Amino acid sequence: MIELSNVKIVAGSFSLADIDFSIGQGEYAILMGRTGSGKTTIVETICGLRPVISGTILLDGRDVTELSPADRNIGYVSQDLALFDTMTVEENLRFGPSIRRQPQKSIDQKICELAKLLDIKNLLSRRTQKLSGGEAQRVALGRALAFQPSVLILDEPLSALDESTRNQMYDVLKRVQQQTGVTTLHVTHSSIEAEVLGTKILVLKDGTVSCQ
Amino acid sequence: MMTSDRRTQSFWLALTSMMLIYALFIVTLLVTLAAYTSPADLWAALQSREIRFSLFLSLTSCSISSLLSLLVAVPTGYVLARWKIPGAAVIESILDVPIVLPPMVMGLCLLIFFQTTLGQAIDGPLRFTYTACGVVLAQFVIACAFAIRIMRGTFEHLPTRTEEVALTLGCSRWGAFWRISLPSARKGMIAAVTIAWARSLGEFGPILVFAGATRLKTEVLPTTVWLELSAGNLEAAVAVSLLLVIAAMFVLTLVRILGLEVKP
Repeated sequence: MIELSNVKIVAGSFSLADIDFSIGQGEYAILMGRTGSGKTTIVETICGLRPVISGTILLDGRDVTELSPADRNIGYVSQDLALFDTMTVEENLRFGPSIRRQPQKSIDQKICELAKLLDIKNLLSRRTQKLSGGEAQRVALGRALAFQPSVLILDEPLSALDESTRNQMYDVLKRVQQQTGVTTLHVTHSSIEAEVLGTKILVLKDGTVSCQ
Repeated sequence: MMTSDRRTQSFWLALTSMMLIYALFIVTLLVTLAAYTSPADLWAALQSREIRFSLFLSLTSCSISSLLSLLVAVPTGYVLARWKIPGAAVIESILDVPIVLPPMVMGLCLLIFFQTTLGQAIDGPLRFTYTACGVVLAQFVIACAFAIRIMRGTFEHLPTRTEEVALTLGCSRWGAFWRISLPSARKGMIAAVTIAWARSLGEFGPILVFAGATRLKTEVLPTTVWLELSAGNLEAAVAVSLLLVIAAMFVLTLVRILGLEVKP
């Protein structure tokens, strides 16, 4: 569950005030809005990468407003994917659970499950620079899910993909949602993505988030 | 009318010609230097205990000063690239002073500093003035400024997003720096060490002023060239210069090969 109450964010000369919305447990919410409206700013704030001026952010009922990004338990896929290119695909997947000192056996099992779910088994030993757009997308998704976060945040994850790869990714994202049941916030400006994937649509317009 | 292919060819030809002319000029200088001496002169130079010592001191002091430069340049470059600190412009200007000032003036600054109370307190237990440690310090003060510039550029070109993702995955700031930023900056670090090493090897003025030119004590290869020239021993000066060129080319090539061999 994600809840934002009266959140105020300032990013340079840009600011957003009184941001209020909530996403229920296991919901797949889509946050839409024009380019430059502040969607990424909101996402970064939920992840703990930007400070909150006022207001509160609750994740699964826990107040995370002042917590570090590491303590928020959020799986985050950024717009540019930001894969670690000094590592292999498998090392990327293992990164989160290893840092969090999860048991080795459970990490191995989780990586195996994710590789199957995302169809990236044959990519595990590859370097990330050699991946296609769709492959990189699935690896970034796997990396965000590997430590079993309570919330998944996807910032325009499909914007750089061609149409056929995007259609494949719709299936992947639906499958992930069905099998993990993770609460998801997906940022996009595509109404097709909203229609295909969303169970809840949020629209950011003139600094206000409204539910459609 | 020229075709597109021919225009492209002439573009590359013009630019490559400029590069080749400059490279040829350097090669000509080196060949002239090599032709002026003989294997016998080179061998005679290597037989000299003083020259062997200066070769050893040059290589070790350059290696130490370049590693020390990297140790300072990595955090400094990272802070300058990533953290918008107040007064950054002033700090950057201060860090650039060793690049702008004539090297000999830096040597003079060191010498004067070590005459002050604070300088003498440091010089008491560590002994910098007119010692091999002084040679390293004189090289370090200048080489470090170059290494900082390179590391700053390196970190500026690395995306911040990977570090932010690492933070959300569970890393602390230190963890993200150590596990993500440093491995990604590997090529920049190799470049910084290489430039710092090369710069240190050619350093002469500040070493002469601060550490002196005492044979078998603070004499490095550039000092040897100067000492031999002063004594009118042109053959030895040329032979040592060639030795300097060979050492520099060997180490720089080796570092570049090692740097390229490490897979990203």
